[in-house]
Amino acid sequence: MSNSILELEVLCKNFGGVVAVSNLSLRIEKGFITSLIGPNGAGKTTIFNLVTGFLEPTSGHIRFSGRIVKHMKPHTIASIGIGRTFQNVQIFPKMSVLENIMVGRHLRSRAGILSSSVLPPFLRKEEKLIRAEAEKQLHFLDLSEFARVPAGSLPLGNQRMLEIARALALEPKLLLLDEPASGLNARETIAMGELIEKIKQMNITVLLVEHDMELVMDISDYVAVINFGKLIAEGPPVEIQENKDVIAAYLGE
Amino acid sequence: MNYTDSTLIDVLQFLFMGIQRGSIYAMVAMGFNMIYNSTGIINFAQGEFVVLGGLMMVTLTMAFNLSIVFAFILTVLFVIITGILMERLTINPVKQPTVIRLIIITIAVSIIIKGAAMCFWGKGSHYMRHFSSTEPLDFYGATILPQTLWIFAILFFLVVAYVIFFNYTMTGKCMRACAINRDAARLAGINDRKMVMLSFALSAGIGAIAGIIITPIIQMDYARGAMLGLKGFGAAVLGGLGNSMGAVVAGVLLGVLEAFGAGYISSHYMDAIALVILLFVLFIRPSGIFGSSEAMRLKEF
Amino acid sequence: MKGKNSAGFLALIISIISIPFMVTNDYYLGVLIFTAFNCLACIGLCLLMGYAGQISIGHGAFIAIGAYTSGILTAKFAWSPWLAMLCGVLIVIVIAFCLGIPALRLKGHYLAMATLGFASIVHIVAVAAVDLTGGPSGIVNIPRLDLFGYVLSSDKQYFYFSWSVVALSIYIAFNLINSRVGRGLQAIHGSEDAASSLGINITSYKVQVFILSAVFASISGSLYAYYMNYIDPGPFDVMHSVLLVTMVAVGGLHNIWGALIGAIFLSLLPEFLSFLSDYLQVLGIEYQPDYDTLVYGGILLIIMLFLPEGIFNGLSSIIQFIRSSFRKFSGRAAGRVE
Repeated sequence: MSNSILELEVLCKNFGGVVAVSNLSLRIEKGFITSLIGPNGAGKTTIFNLVTGFLEPTSGHIRFSGRIVKHMKPHTIASIGIGRTFQNVQIFPKMSVLENIMVGRHLRSRAGILSSSVLPPFLRKEEKLIRAEAEKQLHFLDLSEFARVPAGSLPLGNQRMLEIARALALEPKLLLLDEPASGLNARETIAMGELIEKIKQMNITVLLVEHDMELVMDISDYVAVINFGKLIAEGPPVEIQENKDVIAAYLGE
Repeated sequence: MNYTDSTLIDVLQFLFMGIQRGSIYAMVAMGFNMIYNSTGIINFAQGEFVVLGGLMMVTLTMAFNLSIVFAFILTVLFVIITGILMERLTINPVKQPTVIRLIIITIAVSIIIKGAAMCFWGKGSHYMRHFSSTEPLDFYGATILPQTLWIFAILFFLVVAYVIFFNYTMTGKCMRACAINRDAARLAGINDRKMVMLSFALSAGIGAIAGIIITPIIQMDYARGAMLGLKGFGAAVLGGLGNSMGAVVAGVLLGVLEAFGAGYISSHYMDAIALVILLFVLFIRPSGIFGSSEAMRLKEF
Repeated sequence: MKGKNSAGFLALIISIISIPFMVTNDYYLGVLIFTAFNCLACIGLCLLMGYAGQISIGHGAFIAIGAYTSGILTAKFAWSPWLAMLCGVLIVIVIAFCLGIPALRLKGHYLAMATLGFASIVHIVAVAAVDLTGGPSGIVNIPRLDLFGYVLSSDKQYFYFSWSVVALSIYIAFNLINSRVGRGLQAIHGSEDAASSLGINITSYKVQVFILSAVFASISGSLYAYYMNYIDPGPFDVMHSVLLVTMVAVGGLHNIWGALIGAIFLSLLPEFLSFLSDYLQVLGIEYQPDYDTLVYGGILLIIMLFLPEGIFNGLSSIIQFIRSSFRKFSGRAAGRVE
């Protein structure tokens, strides 16, 4: 079959009477950057929440690496290799930047509540490994100087970087980024774009929701346009830019 | 008198007792709801308002020999002022509220009120004269105290006043607007801070009334607040937190269940019955019997 | 443990060793032993409230269950105290598990009320189930604890024993906080959504830490029963659960040391007040022990309004302020200010 990592098959989600996602079918190609765009309230974040298990679809399927994802809690979905960030940054403000990323290593380590509290000497090796990996991520994202700072005191741009670093520590196969550039200034946005391309080079598939069109058209391999929970166009950025339906959706005919 | 008759009389008797207790829970629950609707806070000092109302009434009627009506008004005013002070001094100044902090603040207020009540009124329980005669009335073989009828009547009056206030007066409508969406209400020119204060005042007032009318029957003491508060909260949750009409039905229902449980199961565990119901509702259907679980998820706790 | 925490730990050990040499009065030693029981329960509660962010106003119930299991099994069935304590822990684990699974799905006020309701039910049962608990008159003839066949008969011995347990529990708590699990708990406190998106099973973690904190409370209850040799429902009412929460909050929710200081402070407060009352009498103020509740509520309110992070953090920021202003001052004196 094709080389898709994530497939949405006639996916629907209703909130009471409101239809947020309707009959949406979409394939995300492995190893590429795909962007989901669409006006506010089009259902992009709902799709993210469906894929990562924060919401249950009303009907339809989600297939990840060929396997149907159904009735899975968010933490199980993380364990099969889907990482994400949040539209309104969700860092752990009271923990240090390094500790934030160390939380990302959760699934790559094993210590339980009993062994952690009673037998720390036996876990030293694992702790060291967690720390080393976290420091590697920090270095990769150029945040090393902030390692010991409480995450809550970082400026927004760095908080967004940190959130991505934390998700990368999970070593996901697929990374969902929810508006990573919102609230960032021009320079930070460029840096964010470079980072996303670097992530792609690490062989991680990226699914991106973003309003900054310049960034989207710049880095995306594919773009999918959504309006009122429906897919209205998909294809390479160049095609999308010339698509009449898309222009209509954005300019409101 | 045959067997079925005496069973029927028992049932009637328990029913009266249950509705009487339940009326008090209903009023406490209405108090919880008013503050919850305007602030999202569960006021752990709600039971203390009831105690304060009861004890103040005892002093005014028994020690100062004031008439019931005059003492009633003074007591309610006194507790309302306490409620306003609580809001102004402890809730209003908190600039960065976290749920745990607000819970502990209202607990602190309840401890202070309890401590003060112990200092002023001592540890004993207090007798108060009934509103009217203490002669029980006969009702199909069961007996009912005139004070119980007073309780029913006052609950009914409060419910009517509640409906009129929140549906037909400007202030009541403003409070409802604040409860639904505080930011939008503020944009419409409603002084939301004032509404919060008003909700504390009303909530304290309703608590005081509950305390006043029940004291002749249960003999109030300083330590009753916690249990009254817990059971009132049980009623509020059972009826769907924030829904005061639901709370009235749930409060009466809780009282009746409690009375039958005490009568047919064990009176030692009477207080536990309402609490077990509270836990079951919280665990199984935290939106209450009248609430929708969909709407519940949107509320923050 | 590292840095400041090991320094604090060392200071604690030294104080534990030296206090019985300074406090020879059996009454005050007894008060300090009770303080140890409160500290033990508060350390567990701090893990739950401060680190995992879940409130419980029901931990007095777990103390009661530990105490009653120990009391009943030793006094009525002549079990060994250690075995009875273990049995108490197992019972509490089962109960905390059954309560925690539905209760920890609730948040904030709902969780607070659910745990408060649970505490109240346990107290009612302790009073009403006369056959099992002895009702209001309680259980007598509970034996003292023995250590390797050596009975801890004097208060001094019990002091050392109970505070060693506190020290051990602090060690355990710090191990936990600085581990993968501890970080997971703090992550849950920070953002449940983000924590679960990183693979943390929030429900399971909340229940686990709830059970752990309940076990601390249960051991505290057992030790209490063995020290008093008799138990009745009195000290296990709802107020005790409330007291534990306020101890943790007064000391500082987000720090084990804070919980410890809060527990010590509020445990010793009544003694301090009765000590103070002699001086107040000289000033013409008649202070009675009845006012304790009022004073205690007042202190709690003031700390929550003005030092919401608790006295521990309050103290450390004051110390930091003094230190920095001292540095500025000495720097200026030496003429090194640019």
